[in-house]
Amino acid sequence: MSDQALPGAPVTETATAEEPAAGGRPVPFRGGGFVPKTKFWLGPIVFVVIIALLEWGTRAGVISALTLPRPSDVLATFVRLWETGLLWDHLVPSLTRFAVGSAMGCTAGVMVGIAIGLFTYVRAGLVPVVAAIFPIPKIALLPLFVIWFGIDEGSKYALIALGTFTPMVVATYGAVDNVDRTLIRMGQSFNLTWASIVRKIVLPGAMPGILSGLRVSLAIGIILLVAAEMLGANYGVGAYIVEAGYLFDLERLFAGVTILSVLGVTVSFLLGQVERRVLRWRV
Amino acid sequence: MDLALDAVSHRYGAVEVMRDITFDVPSGRIVCIIGPSGCGKSTLLRFLGGLERPGAGRVLQLGTPPSDSLNPLTYIFQDFALLPWRTVEGNISLVLEDHGIGGDRAEAIVADVLARTKLADFRTALPKQLSGGMKQRVAIARALAVNPAVMLMDEPLSALDSQTRELLMDDLIGLWTRAPFTAVYVTHNLAEAVRLGHRIVVLSRRPGQVREQVTIDKPLGERGFADPDLDAIQRHLWSLMREEAMAADQELVDV
Repeated sequence: MSDQALPGAPVTETATAEEPAAGGRPVPFRGGGFVPKTKFWLGPIVFVVIIALLEWGTRAGVISALTLPRPSDVLATFVRLWETGLLWDHLVPSLTRFAVGSAMGCTAGVMVGIAIGLFTYVRAGLVPVVAAIFPIPKIALLPLFVIWFGIDEGSKYALIALGTFTPMVVATYGAVDNVDRTLIRMGQSFNLTWASIVRKIVLPGAMPGILSGLRVSLAIGIILLVAAEMLGANYGVGAYIVEAGYLFDLERLFAGVTILSVLGVTVSFLLGQVERRVLRWRV
Repeated sequence: MDLALDAVSHRYGAVEVMRDITFDVPSGRIVCIIGPSGCGKSTLLRFLGGLERPGAGRVLQLGTPPSDSLNPLTYIFQDFALLPWRTVEGNISLVLEDHGIGGDRAEAIVADVLARTKLADFRTALPKQLSGGMKQRVAIARALAVNPAVMLMDEPLSALDSQTRELLMDDLIGLWTRAPFTAVYVTHNLAEAVRLGHRIVVLSRRPGQVREQVTIDKPLGERGFADPDLDAIQRHLWSLMREEAMAADQELVDV
């Protein structure tokens, strides 16, 4: 309160001189930067420029046809896929596998992650197990899964589920650890039940971390989708790519890879929409 | 309902943080606890509300809380502790939901406490849209919603700028004058203590002990800005605390 001006204190003279003293220099600006902004138009432009360069390069002969297929040929292959209806024959089983596998893996991962975040014994028991499973390349386990779950859909679901499970566990328990403890103490001080605290404070508080974990997990899910379809699948985007690879049919290979890229971008876009809705409260 | 501390002592490992603290909180009165940093003021408040257990001594409730009190011992936190994903009314209904209060009854309580804290226009705002003073008003409204027997206030105004602090102090005095509540008010700000406290408990530096208890008889409503009586008390409190604060400031922290 000592910083308030006393009433009746002499008014200091107001600034009169407009021009700075002779020889004054403006203070150099040193701030700015480090605040990347979203420019929605730039991403598509970069894509278009890259594709246009490739198209030009392959037509002009700078890039040989053996190195990279011509983008327009890839597009033609894609259109043929569409017209023959083969696209859906490949896409529907792949999307089903991706959806079922990652739904199983992510749900289990979130539940185990929350349990690790809340219970001492679960944490002590399972964190080392998760740390041991995480670095295993899941593709290496595919033959094992074929024995356990059969060569049909079972082994594919299992592979994708296991691959999305571990990053989801790690992201979730990290997120639970980061929930503001003062909010939990607040809940206790108002006599909220344990279940209420978990449902109304811990879960929403962990949501930002869970959603960013989901981004990583789903990307891994797409990678493993292809791996799962390398063995014993006649249909599926992965099977399509692998077959094209064996035949060195680069147009088809790239058409398949493009489908996966589009799938990844779509998943990422959908997650962005979910984040915008669910995390509206974030500063 | 009264609260009493009976010979409470506590240590964290080898560090003795408080020793033999005894005082009581009479009903309808505001008891302020002041002391240098690290003397265990906030820990004491956590003992009073049962969020932490003292190493020795007892915390006692004398008498039964009124039957319409949903949560007899209710905190108001320094950092507000509002759920950022709930609106103002959502934050208040949060503490009613677990008591099975919903629908019209919850609506009536929420409307009442928002009116008392002048927040009626901000019902659907999210905490991120509110200023610090408004957030603390929401926390006060939330505390009032459960009709507490004792309010436990942990430096409630310390995160606010000095002008907002003055406004909120006036609000608290207004609330108390209309419906006297019991409160324990922890602060390091002597001006707040002499404005709001009926009794001021001065703690020494670590290990915290009761140095002196000062009673101020002047009614809360008559205590103004720059009141000479209060200034005298504030100077007395400062003379008690000055050396403690200096010594506390120069201690090495290894907790």
